[in-house]
Amino acid sequence: MAPTRREFLKIAGFSAVGLVIPVLPSRSLAQTGTPAAGGLSSPAAPGPLQALTAKRWAMTVEPKKCRPGCTDCITACHLEHNVPDFGNPKDDVHWIGLEKVAHVFPAEAHPRLSESITLLPVPVLCNHCENPPCVRVCPTQATFKRPDGIVMMDYHRCIGCRFCMAACPYGSRSMNYRDPRPFIRKINPAFPTRTKGVVEKCNFCEERLARGILPACVIACKDKALAFGDLEDPRSDVRLILDKGLSLRRRPELGTGPQVYYIL
Amino acid sequence: MKLYNRGMVIAGIVVFLIVATFPLWYGRGKAVPPPDLKLDTPAIQGLKEKLCVETAPYMRANHMKLLTVWRDDVVRKGKRTYTAMDGRVHQISLTGTCLGCHSNKKQFCDRCHDYSGAKPACWSCHIIPEEVR
Amino acid sequence: MLEKALKGSRGYGIWVAFLLLLVAIGFFFYLKQLDYGLGITGMSRDVSWGLYIAQFTFLVGIAASAVMLVLPYYLHDFKAFGKITILGEFLAVSAVTMCVTFVFVDLGRPDRAVNLILYPSPRSVLFWDVIVLNGYLLLNIITGWTVLESDKKGIPPPAWVKPLIYLSIPWAISIHTVTAFIYSGLPGRGFWLTAIMAPRFLASAFASGPALLILFCLILRRFGRFDAGEKAIQTLAKIVTYALATSIFFVLVEIFTAFYSQVPGHMQHLKYLFAGLEGHNTISHWMTVSALTALAALALLIIPRTRQKEPLLALACCGVFLSLWIEKGLGLVVTGFVPSPLERIADYTPTGPEIAITTGVWAMGLLLITIFYKIFVSVRNDE
Repeated sequence: MAPTRREFLKIAGFSAVGLVIPVLPSRSLAQTGTPAAGGLSSPAAPGPLQALTAKRWAMTVEPKKCRPGCTDCITACHLEHNVPDFGNPKDDVHWIGLEKVAHVFPAEAHPRLSESITLLPVPVLCNHCENPPCVRVCPTQATFKRPDGIVMMDYHRCIGCRFCMAACPYGSRSMNYRDPRPFIRKINPAFPTRTKGVVEKCNFCEERLARGILPACVIACKDKALAFGDLEDPRSDVRLILDKGLSLRRRPELGTGPQVYYIL
Repeated sequence: MKLYNRGMVIAGIVVFLIVATFPLWYGRGKAVPPPDLKLDTPAIQGLKEKLCVETAPYMRANHMKLLTVWRDDVVRKGKRTYTAMDGRVHQISLTGTCLGCHSNKKQFCDRCHDYSGAKPACWSCHIIPEEVR
Repeated sequence: MLEKALKGSRGYGIWVAFLLLLVAIGFFFYLKQLDYGLGITGMSRDVSWGLYIAQFTFLVGIAASAVMLVLPYYLHDFKAFGKITILGEFLAVSAVTMCVTFVFVDLGRPDRAVNLILYPSPRSVLFWDVIVLNGYLLLNIITGWTVLESDKKGIPPPAWVKPLIYLSIPWAISIHTVTAFIYSGLPGRGFWLTAIMAPRFLASAFASGPALLILFCLILRRFGRFDAGEKAIQTLAKIVTYALATSIFFVLVEIFTAFYSQVPGHMQHLKYLFAGLEGHNTISHWMTVSALTALAALALLIIPRTRQKEPLLALACCGVFLSLWIEKGLGLVVTGFVPSPLERIADYTPTGPEIAITTGVWAMGLLLITIFYKIFVSVRNDE
């Protein structure tokens, strides 16, 4: 389906912001880094850009827009967040993955499903559930849900018991079975790495939202297959996309209330 | 009162006392001079008034507590600014705000931590910008 | 009383030294695990719990040995168990100590284990499990030790232990229930998401705990100059029989529900467990052994003539132990993860270091049992 003019403009606007913004963080660092220039002593310096806020963050995924073989969202996310690449499935750590429709939506799969569907790569990530089982089971509240719906990890507190990994019905969580640092291709100094022994997962780029920037995967996707916005705002990107037709969530029967919506 | 196994008991007490007081007499007379912390980074040189987020004595005594508050504010409360006692507002960022001025971690942070035997775990995750470059 | 553990026969010394060696080897590999991370084990992104948590699950069951003696003796005045309630309690103490150790060695950041206490999270089942396990440990140490000390002095136990003993009975039910809830409360794991999980845990616990206790009683009679008494052992054997039958029945009930309803999400785990999926059948081989051993043991236990023959009873108890160890200590945990939420069938094979650490923890538990039983026998024989 071709995007409406209004939507196109909106997306184009966001993309333009996205193109400019990667330059900004370094400038903002420079500002706070040389406080004598006035940055530090000014009474209210809220940072370079107004933070993006929402009542309920959500994401829409339109796998049909994905180019075959494209992994831009994964690359961008993993670079941004210093996600290690161990190169083997046992120690594997990832925040986004690409999976087959039949594995993401087993209830919808059947033998006569069109190849145009079965061969689609479906991006999967943490669903930032409304009612997250991982948060319920965590014995130290190292994982918790923020008021805006983001399910966060406090890597300072995680004891590595992996109860959350057993509880997550989506396989969205990864354990650092080894020290990740040597396996990070290019370290992004603006984001911490993790230590061995803690669990990690997608954070809906909350560190970028705080600086007024959309998630890395959304910005990286040239085909606009990913959209991000406030589910409570009827004019948000995600609501405009959801209004267009049927959308699916992963395993809704479990009552977790996933906030990543798929349009197939 | 009769003390059973007198020899063993006394020997045990002596060994215990020697081991327990070992650090006291081992280090006697070997005074290690307090470290000389370097504050002359380009960022600090450029400051009109050389002042950290709080006063130096406060920071010297409480920086670890302040960092813990900062950590919980950012991670758990999503609060990214810190209002100092004098009303100035700072971005909460270890690598940005702290190391922005104290870019010489080795001469500033490490010297004192080594001297006092403190082993902060910050750097197993947080990245020292100068080391990546 | 502890000094009684220090002197013993040559065989006792060799056995203790052997166990200490195993503990040392386990500790050595644990240091390696601390250095390398949990990647030293066979656990993976898909199968994120393995041998350690499985041993913990199985050993919670062994801790039931205490309640199956305490309940008949203190609530029903079943005198034959009077001589051995302490044995049950000490076995429970050792088993729960092993449980706690297994949870600890499974932590990715053991240096932060205190966070469990610093940030208590009543919504987490694991939080409650830590409480009930440590509570049970404490109850059994206090009651076991106090009663033994009174025995030594030849006086009746003080009145204040009675309420603690009574409390330990419902508390024993709680450790199995809460441990089962760790699994049965997770929405995405069809294999564990079953209300019968807690009853299953209780049934298999009441079989495996007393079965091990029977074996220990037979060993003590042979090597320890302590006779638990024919009546006590035979009554325990009957408890094992009923509990094992119930345990098998519960598993069959699970199989019926899955395969008669034909819901794929429920069937595929059981298929993996008993037959293997897409050629991944290591676990299913083990489970075949478990199932056959359980049936054979049940036959030996049900028939009075075989149950009353001590060598056959010992064989049956070994069978019960082995069968339930495979079921709880291998099958139950791993199968919950296979297939994964994204339908991957990941193989899990414990590594050498993982097995060495597991053996080390078991050796530590056996060492505790050995020491406790040595003290117990010395006190009873008035040495």
